[in-house]
Amino acid sequence: MSKRLLLIEDEPNIIEAISFILSRDGWHVASHSSGTTAMERLRAEPPDVVILDVMLPGRSGYEVLRDIRDDPSLAKIPVLMLTARGQTKDRELAERAGANLFMTKPFSNTEVLEAVRALVPAT
Amino acid sequence: MISFNGLVVICLAYVAMLFAVAFTADRFARKGHSRWLRSPIVYTLSLSIYATAWTFYGAVGSAARSGLEYITIYLGPSLVMFGWWWLLRKLVRIGRSQRITSVADLISSRFGKSNLLAVLVTILSVIAATPYIALQLQSVTVSFEVFANGGGTDTGEVVGRNTAFWVAIGLAIFTVIFGTRNLDANERHHGVVMAIAVEAVVKLTALLAVGIFVVWGLAGGVSQTLEVIEASELGQWQVHGGRWAGLIFISGAAFLCLPRMFQVLVVEAADEDHLRTASWAFPAYLMAMSIFVVPIAAVGLAVLPSDANPDLFVLTLPLSQGAEGVAVLSFLGGFSSATSMVIVAAIALSTMVSNHIVMPIWLRLAGGRATISGDVRNVVLTARRVSIVSIVLLGYMYYAVSGGGSALAAIGLISFVGVVQVLPSMIGGIFWRGATRTGAVAGLVIGSVIWLYTFFLPSIGIEVFSERTLAEGPWGLGWLRPQALFGIAGLDPFLHALLWSLALNALAFFGGSVLSFPTPVERLQGAQFVNIFQHSGGPRSWSSGVAQTEDLLIMAQRILGPGEAIALFRREAERQGVRGDLPEPRPDFLETLERELAGSVGAATAHAMVGQIVGGTSVSVQDLIAVADESAQLMEYSARLEAQSAELSSTARQLREANDKLTRLSVQKDAFLSQISHELRTPMSSIRAFSEILRDSGGLSAEEQSKFASIIHDETIRLTRLLDDILDLSVMENGRVSLNMREGRLCDVLDRAVAAGSVGESDEVSLEVRRDRSTEDIVLYTDLDRLSQVFINIISNARKYCEAAKPRLTIRVREQNRALAIDFIDNGQGIPRDSRDVIFEKFARISDQRAGGAGLGLAICRQVMERLGGTITYLPGQGGAGFRVLLPRKAALAAE
Amino acid sequence: MSEPRETHSGPPVYFLERQTYRRRRLEDAARLLPVIGAFAWLVPLLWPRQGPEAPGMGNALIYIFGVWIVLALIGAILSQRLGRREPPEPVRSAEE
Repeated sequence: MSKRLLLIEDEPNIIEAISFILSRDGWHVASHSSGTTAMERLRAEPPDVVILDVMLPGRSGYEVLRDIRDDPSLAKIPVLMLTARGQTKDRELAERAGANLFMTKPFSNTEVLEAVRALVPAT
Repeated sequence: MISFNGLVVICLAYVAMLFAVAFTADRFARKGHSRWLRSPIVYTLSLSIYATAWTFYGAVGSAARSGLEYITIYLGPSLVMFGWWWLLRKLVRIGRSQRITSVADLISSRFGKSNLLAVLVTILSVIAATPYIALQLQSVTVSFEVFANGGGTDTGEVVGRNTAFWVAIGLAIFTVIFGTRNLDANERHHGVVMAIAVEAVVKLTALLAVGIFVVWGLAGGVSQTLEVIEASELGQWQVHGGRWAGLIFISGAAFLCLPRMFQVLVVEAADEDHLRTASWAFPAYLMAMSIFVVPIAAVGLAVLPSDANPDLFVLTLPLSQGAEGVAVLSFLGGFSSATSMVIVAAIALSTMVSNHIVMPIWLRLAGGRATISGDVRNVVLTARRVSIVSIVLLGYMYYAVSGGGSALAAIGLISFVGVVQVLPSMIGGIFWRGATRTGAVAGLVIGSVIWLYTFFLPSIGIEVFSERTLAEGPWGLGWLRPQALFGIAGLDPFLHALLWSLALNALAFFGGSVLSFPTPVERLQGAQFVNIFQHSGGPRSWSSGVAQTEDLLIMAQRILGPGEAIALFRREAERQGVRGDLPEPRPDFLETLERELAGSVGAATAHAMVGQIVGGTSVSVQDLIAVADESAQLMEYSARLEAQSAELSSTARQLREANDKLTRLSVQKDAFLSQISHELRTPMSSIRAFSEILRDSGGLSAEEQSKFASIIHDETIRLTRLLDDILDLSVMENGRVSLNMREGRLCDVLDRAVAAGSVGESDEVSLEVRRDRSTEDIVLYTDLDRLSQVFINIISNARKYCEAAKPRLTIRVREQNRALAIDFIDNGQGIPRDSRDVIFEKFARISDQRAGGAGLGLAICRQVMERLGGTITYLPGQGGAGFRVLLPRKAALAAE
Repeated sequence: MSEPRETHSGPPVYFLERQTYRRRRLEDAARLLPVIGAFAWLVPLLWPRQGPEAPGMGNALIYIFGVWIVLALIGAILSQRLGRREPPEPVRSAEE
C-alpha cells in the first residue's frame, strides 16, 4: 500500500510539479491550498507525511505546524517545510515549530523525493 | 489832586475789572478754550507774582538806601530760570506726573507720603508767609495814605487799619470765589492765573511809565540820568560781597521754595513746554522791572525832600511833579503787585493747610464714615475757603499787631530765609535717591528752629526777645545769642541766619539720610523722583475728574486688556448718562471696577489700586501701572513658554511619528525583501521543478511535455513582469520616464482597466464593478497607458483584498473645482487607519498573509500620478477601501 | 579724507546721529548757561570798592544789565532750538 502524502501549498504549478514527481515514486499525493482549513483536512484524512508551505492564504504554515504538533493524533506525523524565504531566521522558526525538515524554494526534485523518503522509512 | 474817594473808585473799578477777567477766563476754560488761556506768555506773566509790593515799592527804597543790592533779588530767579534744564524741568515733570499740589505735597510725596513732613512744611510756610502778606496789606494801605494826605506825611492810624482790613476782605473774597471754584486742588485756576497775568502787565507798565517819566520827563534823557546817578549817593559801587552772593542765592532758592511760586511754576503749569519760553522771557521781564529802579531812586533822592520815604518814591515822585496819571498808574501797579501775591499765596497756603492739616484731622474725627457718606468734597471746599480767609486775616492781624513800622525789604528777606529751609529736602529729594524721611524731617526742623531763633523772632517787629537776651543770650548763655550763634558775632544778621540755618539744615538732612533706612514707599518714590525722565512717558494732562477716570482706564486696560476695559467704562458711562467713554468716578462705578479688577489681581490689590488712583496713600499710580505692566509681561512670558513647550511637544510628536514611520518602513522593507524573495522564488520553483521533470523523466506524453513547457513559459513571464514592475518604479522615482501624451476618453481608459484588472479572476468570487457611464464621457489629454496602469492596479487590489462575500467596486467620476476626481470604492473592510500613511510607500504590504502583488502597485500608482500632475490618495470613511485619483484640469478636456 | 565706505554705508544714519548729537550739545549749552550767568554776576565782587579804579554806578548798571540781555538772548535762542520736538528719551547713559 502506498504511503499517503498531503501537500499544503497554494501555488498550483508547484502542486502540480510535486504531485507529478511523488506520484511517479509511488506516493499517493493529495493537495490542499488553504491554511485556514488545513487542519480539518488533516484530521479527516491523516496522511503519513506532510509537505507544508509557509506562505499560505488564511494562516501561515508555522501556525498550521504548531496545531499539528499540538494535536495528539497528528503530533507524530513528519512534516517537511517548504518556504520561498531562504533566511536562517525562517529555518529557525520552522524548527522551533516542530518541522522535521526544511527546504527552500526553488528546490531540486530529487532532494524533495529523498527528503520524503527519509521521513517515512519503508516498512 | 485826586481825591481819596476818587482813588477808591478807581481801585474798585480796577478790582471789578480783575473780577471780570477772572470770570471770563473761567467761563472760557469751562467751554474748553483753555488752550488760548494757557499760552507760554500767560505762564511767564503769572510767574511775575514773584515781584510783589516788596519789589515794586521796596526795590527803589533799597536802591536809595544800599545801592545796587536790590538787583540781586532779581538776579537769583533769573539764574534759576536760565538753568531751567537742570532743575525746573525736572520739578515740573515730577509735579505733573505725581500730581503734586504744593511744596508740602512735593516733600511729603517724595519721602514716602509722610504727613508729618507735609505738616512741617505747611507750618513753616504759613509762618514765613504771614508777615509777607501783612507787608502787602501795609503797602496798599501806605499807598492809599499817600494819596489821602497829598504827601508822605503821617496819617491817622484808623484810616490805615480800615484800608488794610477792607483790602484784606476784598482779597479774601476774590480768592475764595476764584481760588476754590473748582473742588479739586489739581484743577488749574484759569481765572486767577489770567487775572495775575493782567496784573503782571499792569505793574510792568506802571513801573516803566514811572521810569520813563523820570528819565525823560524829569532828568531829560539817558545821559543826564546817568549824570544824576553818578552825582548822587548811589554813585559809588558799594556792595557787601557776602550779601551780594547771599542775596542772589537766597532769591533764587526762594523762587523755587515759596509756596506761591511753586503754585504758579509747577502746579498751574499747563504745559511743560511753556517753561522753555519762560526760561528767557521771565528774566527779561525781571530785567524790565528793575531797569528804572536806580534812576527813580537817584532822581527821587535829588528831587524830593530828604525826609521822604524812599520806599514810596515810585508814587511820590510823579505825584510831586503833578503827574497824577502816572501816579495813579503807579498806584495800580503797586496794588496789583500786592493783590496778586496775596491771592496766589492764599491759594497755595490754603491748599496746604486744608490738605495736610484740616483734612487729616477731619478724617480722623469722622472715622470710617467719611469715605462712605460722600461729603468729602464739601469738606475739602469748606476747609479750603476757611483756610483762605484765615490766612489773609492772619496777615491782617499781624499787620495790625506789628503796626507796620519796619522797612519793607527786611520782612521780605526774613520770609525768604524761612521758606528756603525746604531747599535741601527738595533738591536732595529729586537728585539723590539716598535721601530719607528722617533726614528731611531733621533738616527741616533744625533749619526752621535756627531761622526762627536767629532771624524771624528778633526782627519781626514784635518784641519777643528782650534787649538783654539779644545782647547776652538766653539765660546768659553767650554762645546762644540769637544773632551771634556759637560766638560768631559781627556778621550781617541776614547772612548769619542764612549760613547757620541752611548749613545745619543740610548737614542734618544729609546725616539723617545716611544714618536712617527708608521705607519701601520712600524708596519707590525716591526712584520715581530722581529718575523722573526715565519713568514718566511724557507730559500728561492734569485736569482732574476725567483724568482720574483716565488713569483708572489706563490701569484697567493693563489688567483687563484694552477691549474689555473700554467696554466696561463705556457701559458705566452709559449707565451714568455721561457722554463719551469716561464715566464719573462715582462710588458705585469704582466698586464695579474694583470687582472687575479683583478677578484679575485679587481683591486686596484691586482695592489698593483703585484707592490709590481715586485718592489713597502709599504707592503711586505709576508704580501700580509698572506693577501691572510687569504682571502683563510675566503673563506674556509664561504664555510664550507655554507656546514654546507646545511647539516642543509638537516637534517631539512629529519626530516620534517620523520615527514610527521609519520603523514601520524598515519592517516593511524587510517584509518586502522576503516578499520579493518569495515572489521570485515561487515562479522559479515551478520553472526548476518542471524543467527537471522534462530533463530527467522519461516517458512523458507529448501533452504533458507541452503542458509543462507552457507552465515554465508562464512562470518566466510572471518573473519578467515582476522585474518590470521593480524597474518601472525605480525609473519613475528617478524621474526619467517619458510620457506618451495622447487624447482619449475616460470611459475607454476605465473599460480597458476593468477588463485587465479582472484577468485571472476565479469564477466563484467575481468582483462586481459599478460605474455611471454618463459621468465618464470626458476627454483626457494625458499618458493614457500610465493612467490605465494606475486604474488596473487599484482594481486588482480591490479584487485581491476585498473580503466581502460579494465584492463590489464603485467607480465615481466627479468634477472638483480644478480637477477631475475618480473615486474607487469597494465594500470591503478598508485599510486600517495606521496603515493608510504607508500604503503608498513602496514595499508596503499590509499583511504578509495576503498573497498577491509584491507591494509595489500603489507605490507605482503614486509615482505615475505625480508624473501626470495629479495625485492618488486614500479616501477614508467610505465604508470600504476608497482611493481617489485626482487629475489636473488641463488633463481633462471637458466634452463638448 | 573721510572713508568712502562710511559715506556710502549710511547717510540717513549719519544724519540722525548728527541731529541727536546736536541736540545733546544744545542741552549741554542750556545746562552751562546759568553757570556762566552766575560767574558773570559775581564778577562785581572783584571790583575795587574805593579809589579812582572803582567803577561808577552807571558802568556797574551797564555791565549787569548787559550780562542780563546777553543771557536772555542766548536763552531765547537755546530754548527755541530745544523746542523742536524732544525725541523719545532713551535710557540715559552714564555720560549724561
